[in-house]
Amino acid sequence: MADNAVDRNTLEALKSTTDGDFVSELIDTFLDDAPTLLETMASALAENDSERFRRAAHSLKSNAATLGALSLSESSKELEMMGKSGDISAASPKLDALGKAYAKVVSALEEYQDELK
Amino acid sequence: MNSNSRMGPGRLLVVDDNKVNRLLLARGLQEQGHAITFAENGVQALETMRREPFDLVLLDIMMPELDGYQVLQELTSDTDLRDIPVIVVSAMDEIDSVVKCIEMGAEDYLSKPLNPVLLKARISACLEKKWLRDQQRELIRKFATSEVADELLASGFSLGGKYVEATAMFSDIRSFTTISESQSPEDTIELLNTYYTLMFDAITGHDGIVNQIVGDGLMAIFGAPAPNPDHAECAVKAALEMVELVDLFNHEQAGQNKIQLQIGVGVATGQVIAGYTGTQNRATYTCVGDAVNVAARLEAHTKAIGHPILIDENTYALINSALTGKDLGPVDIKGKKEKVRVFAVPLNHSSG
Repeated sequence: MADNAVDRNTLEALKSTTDGDFVSELIDTFLDDAPTLLETMASALAENDSERFRRAAHSLKSNAATLGALSLSESSKELEMMGKSGDISAASPKLDALGKAYAKVVSALEEYQDELK
Repeated sequence: MNSNSRMGPGRLLVVDDNKVNRLLLARGLQEQGHAITFAENGVQALETMRREPFDLVLLDIMMPELDGYQVLQELTSDTDLRDIPVIVVSAMDEIDSVVKCIEMGAEDYLSKPLNPVLLKARISACLEKKWLRDQQRELIRKFATSEVADELLASGFSLGGKYVEATAMFSDIRSFTTISESQSPEDTIELLNTYYTLMFDAITGHDGIVNQIVGDGLMAIFGAPAPNPDHAECAVKAALEMVELVDLFNHEQAGQNKIQLQIGVGVATGQVIAGYTGTQNRATYTCVGDAVNVAARLEAHTKAIGHPILIDENTYALINSALTGKDLGPVDIKGKKEKVRVFAVPLNHSSG
């Protein structure tokens, strides 16, 4: 399950160009920021603020890709595109799915952090 | 910045609202020894850039407050900031935005997720270019006054010309060939360097610019490219100071039993065509026109007359009463059908 959520090759490549401590720090930062981004998306959706929605989805897409959470990144990208189009009325179910996908990524990344110790 | 520091670390500004990206960039850049400053949005970036100098900016496109495009727009319209190179950092799927940024003046781009090898190569290349440009600028400043440098830099080296009312000056050293034959090449170059330092001081001190140096002679312009209503007066004052400085220099030289110099200066005023001549790669600010020819001829004529400063009638008409000129009457000038009325400017001090 965890292996599907996060691509190990991406993390290993990142580790090889930096080091384990740095990757762990990066994961911490991601785990700190991502809930805020998800909340921003939810509140932007409630306010029908497509630009704010788009920016938060964009950041989540980018950070997820950096840490190998490829499917989370893909889903974020879909939502980013919705934000870009200006119509986020149909985003609600996708945002729910994104939240669930994120939960899986959290446990996969925490597992990887344990391995790094 | 001198050439020794070309490969040294740079001062980099990383502009990104995303902390993960900032960490990633900082990691790669600090390893290369660069000093990093962060800004979290466009507004912060501009504030920071107006406060401290940077060699390079890494710019995210999508940001709150002011996005990357708006930052680029602000930078290109700000003469103090527009030459700082910007590398746009953007996701792979935003290639259209990258194109837009490059069109808006960004130097290069990096795609996310970042590749450390590419990051290093692009940043080094960018810094190298920036330092070369800084050196070029430094050269322009050395050979021109700040007005010319400012106009050159502001106009982006446009080579167009325009008519201006200006005063041209030519100056050279009497019997320089004999002087250079009588001493070592090292002494000759040292002598020339001292001489040029003095002449530049006198000319730029009176708002003129030196636009040509050939051997022991130089040409200067007053009243262009920056307009100066007192161009004639400034040129004559500069000429007087040049002769005075050479005089002082001669006293020093005499004390060391070294060669003394005599100079001749010709000054003429009129409408000239001023502009940058040359090619896009090598351009010099110059003036052409009747006044320029007359100034050159008057300089040559100082030998025949035995007086170091000669000016034409137009110049004489514009100088104020504190400065005078002795009317030498009409003189035949090579290349001119009519005779030119010439005035000799009396020296402030007794001079050779």
